[in-house]
Amino acid sequence: MQEVINALEARREQARQGGGERRIETQHAKGKLTARERIDVLLDPGSFEEYDMFVAHRATDFGMGEQVIPGDGVVTGWGTINGRLVYVFSQDFTVFGGSLSETHAQKICKIMDLAVQNGAPVIGLNDSGGARIQEGVASLGGYAEVFWRNVQASGAVPQISVIMGPCAGGAVYSPAMTDFIYMVRDTSYMFVTGPDVVKTVTNETVTHEELGGASTHTKISSVADAAFENDIETLLEVRRLFDYLPLSAREKAPRVETNDQIDRREDSLDTLVPENANVPYDMREVIEKVADEGEFLELQKEHAGNILVGFIRLDGQTVGVIANQPLVLAGCLDIAASKKAARFIRFCDCFDIPVLTFVDVPGFLPGVAQEYGGIIKHGAKLLFAYAEATVPKVTVITRKAYGGAYDVMASKHIRADVNYAWPSAEIAVMGAKGATEILYRSELGDAEKIAARTAEYEARFANPFVAAERGFIDDVIMPHSTRRRVARAFETLRHKKVDVPVKKHGNIPL
Amino acid sequence: MFPKILIANRGEIACRIIKTARRMGVETVAVYSDADKDALHVKMADEAVHIGAAPAGESYLDMEKIVAACRETGAVAVHPGYGFLSENAAFAERLRQEGIYFIGPPVKAIEAMGDKITSKTIAAEAGVSTVPGHMGVIESAAEAVKIAKKIGYPVMIKASAGGGGKGMRVAKSDKEVKEGFERAKSEAASSFGDDRVFIEKFIEEPRHIEIQVLADGQGNCISLGERECSIQRRNQKVIEEAPSPFLDAETRAKMGAQAVTLAKAVNYVSAGTVEFIVDKEKNFYFLEMNTRLQVEHPVTELVTGIDLVEEMLKIADGQALSIKQEDVTLDGWAVEARIYAEDPYRNFLPSTGRLKRYRPPTEEASAQLVVRNDTGVFEGAEISPYYDPMIAKLVTWGPSRLAAIDGLAVSLDQFDIDGVGNNIPFLAAVMQQERFREGHLTTNYIAEEFPEGFTGALLDEDTMLTMAALACRAAFQLETRGFAHPGAMTQQHVTTERSVLIGDRRWDFSIPKSDESFVLMTSEGQPLLIEDGWQPGASVAATEIDGKMLYVRMDRITSGFRMRYRGADLVAKVVLPHVADLMRHMPKKSPPDMSKFLLCPMPGQVIRLDVKEGDIVEDGQPLAIVEAMKMENVLRAERRAKVARINAAAGDVLAVDAVIMEFEAV
Repeated sequence: MQEVINALEARREQARQGGGERRIETQHAKGKLTARERIDVLLDPGSFEEYDMFVAHRATDFGMGEQVIPGDGVVTGWGTINGRLVYVFSQDFTVFGGSLSETHAQKICKIMDLAVQNGAPVIGLNDSGGARIQEGVASLGGYAEVFWRNVQASGAVPQISVIMGPCAGGAVYSPAMTDFIYMVRDTSYMFVTGPDVVKTVTNETVTHEELGGASTHTKISSVADAAFENDIETLLEVRRLFDYLPLSAREKAPRVETNDQIDRREDSLDTLVPENANVPYDMREVIEKVADEGEFLELQKEHAGNILVGFIRLDGQTVGVIANQPLVLAGCLDIAASKKAARFIRFCDCFDIPVLTFVDVPGFLPGVAQEYGGIIKHGAKLLFAYAEATVPKVTVITRKAYGGAYDVMASKHIRADVNYAWPSAEIAVMGAKGATEILYRSELGDAEKIAARTAEYEARFANPFVAAERGFIDDVIMPHSTRRRVARAFETLRHKKVDVPVKKHGNIPL
Repeated sequence: MFPKILIANRGEIACRIIKTARRMGVETVAVYSDADKDALHVKMADEAVHIGAAPAGESYLDMEKIVAACRETGAVAVHPGYGFLSENAAFAERLRQEGIYFIGPPVKAIEAMGDKITSKTIAAEAGVSTVPGHMGVIESAAEAVKIAKKIGYPVMIKASAGGGGKGMRVAKSDKEVKEGFERAKSEAASSFGDDRVFIEKFIEEPRHIEIQVLADGQGNCISLGERECSIQRRNQKVIEEAPSPFLDAETRAKMGAQAVTLAKAVNYVSAGTVEFIVDKEKNFYFLEMNTRLQVEHPVTELVTGIDLVEEMLKIADGQALSIKQEDVTLDGWAVEARIYAEDPYRNFLPSTGRLKRYRPPTEEASAQLVVRNDTGVFEGAEISPYYDPMIAKLVTWGPSRLAAIDGLAVSLDQFDIDGVGNNIPFLAAVMQQERFREGHLTTNYIAEEFPEGFTGALLDEDTMLTMAALACRAAFQLETRGFAHPGAMTQQHVTTERSVLIGDRRWDFSIPKSDESFVLMTSEGQPLLIEDGWQPGASVAATEIDGKMLYVRMDRITSGFRMRYRGADLVAKVVLPHVADLMRHMPKKSPPDMSKFLLCPMPGQVIRLDVKEGDIVEDGQPLAIVEAMKMENVLRAERRAKVARINAAAGDVLAVDAVIMEFEAV
């Protein structure tokens, strides 16, 4: 028996070596950890159970028969993050450059199937050169099997992708269909076609980093939700994100014990909104002062700064926050902001995470670029996502809620459950100046008259009461009591139940 | 006593005056500009009157509006505080004509002492010792150079109407005199509306020590001891104390006597301060007399037990001084730190904006410690660019100098400000310096002790261990709480080993299981008892580690904390030991090289560009002038280079770190 045990240990040891000492050193020299080291950082110590350690490819073309490394370039299995179950795969760049073979794909598929069946999230650590060319179409088939499972899992269990090295070509579409993508700065990149092909086809000269680095994807393309300095920071941040999420659509997000009193007053919020409607303020302060312990896990921080999205906890319970940010583009809605918020709301709705919306929106961004870019359909995504969501929805209007953007931003009419406004709120069809110029076009030549008309309009409409009189606003609340009021509203919604018409699925304007 | 007074000021001093007036049963009227609508002094006063736009010239400096506010409210007297109209003789005169009492000295005394040149002449005639210098008005840069040469370098160029460091320049050469003369003149003109400047001998290793005097209308005048205000930055006082650690009883008596002589010479009435410059041989020279309540008056109040505002009110009401010179005793020690909205890590550049968090330490008074915080702000208030960027004056008293200093250090640790850059780390660092603690002060203290500017304080080994242990406990608290998740698996993997990484340093701790107290074991087997003191969400940890009470600012970051304590600013990562081992593989990233750029060091307006594209500039050459908080800041070249591109023009309002120009190596 001892002999057999020794043989097992030897085989395990060989598998753990991956691509061997030299390749591990190369990986470290790039500032990257190995596939197994990454799992050790991501999961609770000692919790990882590896599956398919001895799986090897069966290819024979191009001399592959002679190159067999157990595990075949990906480490898979399950473990825990703060005690909760999670399935993980981690591509091993030291083995065939982490390239995806038929068996490599099968390993990933196995843990994805288990995750969906058992109701636990999947975290994929991507570090792969792409398809294993030697296997040809078998490799492509492997990708598609993973893609199909990504779609099956979508909305059933949370899926998180971490890009920790190259991720190019077809490989990008698996992360693209997961819920969140985190990237490592300077050592990871994602693109459909690399700089060489770009150069040949369009004659554009661009570096890997410029084309698909963390900075590109967090700022410009919005493909990635966040990026961090190195492997360790990134993995520890994934742990932090994981703690906000439920294990599956069948469960509630975890509640965390907190000593932060739910009736904590924040008197300073009473002075946050400046007197002058054209002066911006930082909406993050509202979010942080309302949230438990001032913690706000913001996503897509560097993209479409005119809207903020992310998670907070209220009385220990995860809440998704969407907020217009007056500091950027006066908080107006544009294509990028609409897409960003819409996708986030849909995630929350999938996983039963209540949605809290802070509104200070002067309208949609005007302009040829916006119209040509299809703001109609993109703005509709946000409207659709809010209207479609059946999770508890609480809305607080802090200042402007003008025009169509008022309707879109989780208004009563599209079935937000509780709508509050601060006394500084202005719920109107548009700002006083604009409205006066349309209503009193004939008096435009007379500055004095127009000023009087504007003042008149302001007095009559630039407040929350016109809306409150109609019941569009449930109450006008003091800014300092926002935390208490919002938390209590969510408490009443804990057992909210909504019936939706029988259908296969809605048709969101993609 | 006056039934109702108006306070022609704002901020902390207005609040401070209201407090005393209220205690005396006097009603108060506040005045406010557009920028101060929601200010604390407005909330505190019994009544408030709006007096105009935000710029001081259109509100707090507009004497007609103040007079009108008195009329409107029936205030019978005006306390001017400090700054603004406090030393404006015309204002005092205007009030006199209106039959409104001025809670301050007579017009003639203000006039006599208000002009630095006249005041020196009067002082010299009264037998008060004065600094060698040229008393006359200087017409041209050439004349300035001639005078400077006669006095001998270094010399100081000062605005005649100035105060508070504005319009002051030290010059060590003819070239610097020329440059400084023009600059001082223009600053004096823009700050005081009076461009006269004068030159005097610049005393090296000087200390700034001033005598507080009180005089009534019946000819009684006493001195209330001294304040040492040597810790200054660009001639702005930062830390003041009473008494001075330098003076002996004899010198104190001599200075007090001269101050009283001078006050009597100008028939002074009310509270006033005679400023002296003292050299290392304890020779003292008259600098100027401030005919008002000083910013740093609380330190005198704490050691004498006399409420200066109360005395000013009584004196203005015509009452005789109830205190005799022999009744004045100096008990214990008081130290004041001025908390400014300025960023110590960026050469103290002004910072403005919203006080997202403002939690001062609790005020207290016992026989061992007094903590007093004079402020005019509150959480959610705005530090506006229109006025002095002072947030608060934190003052402590203790039976000894070191007790007061240590009390101040602890209070600074507790002071929690966010949203606006502030100098607390710097003040806290000074409290730790041996030289400060020993009392070896000069007005060059900051320049000498922080020649490279302020980069944060260093903590000793034991304190670093303490910080690491605190971070470890706080992180462990967060993590173990995390394990309370429902849906957790039955077999848990909680380990009790943690590593704390701060910079390149690493500490390994183990956490023995215990239900009662939290003990950490260091890798050397040393146990550290850490009392509960941090709650998730709290920004200040009040904790006791091995019997020592400490207050540490804590901000959560990825797997750890940013910790601020005693002027040090640390990033502590708390990870499992195997993760700490893996850290060595993480790439070391250096910040991008910004030396090729001239960045705007603060939000401000470009007044002038001194170079153009293509110019070759030398090390130290002025490149541009940026004005912020009414101070003109000369931006200079750090090395010889060619100006490749200029991205800004005069008049542009720039944000901090905006690229003004780009350089090429030559």
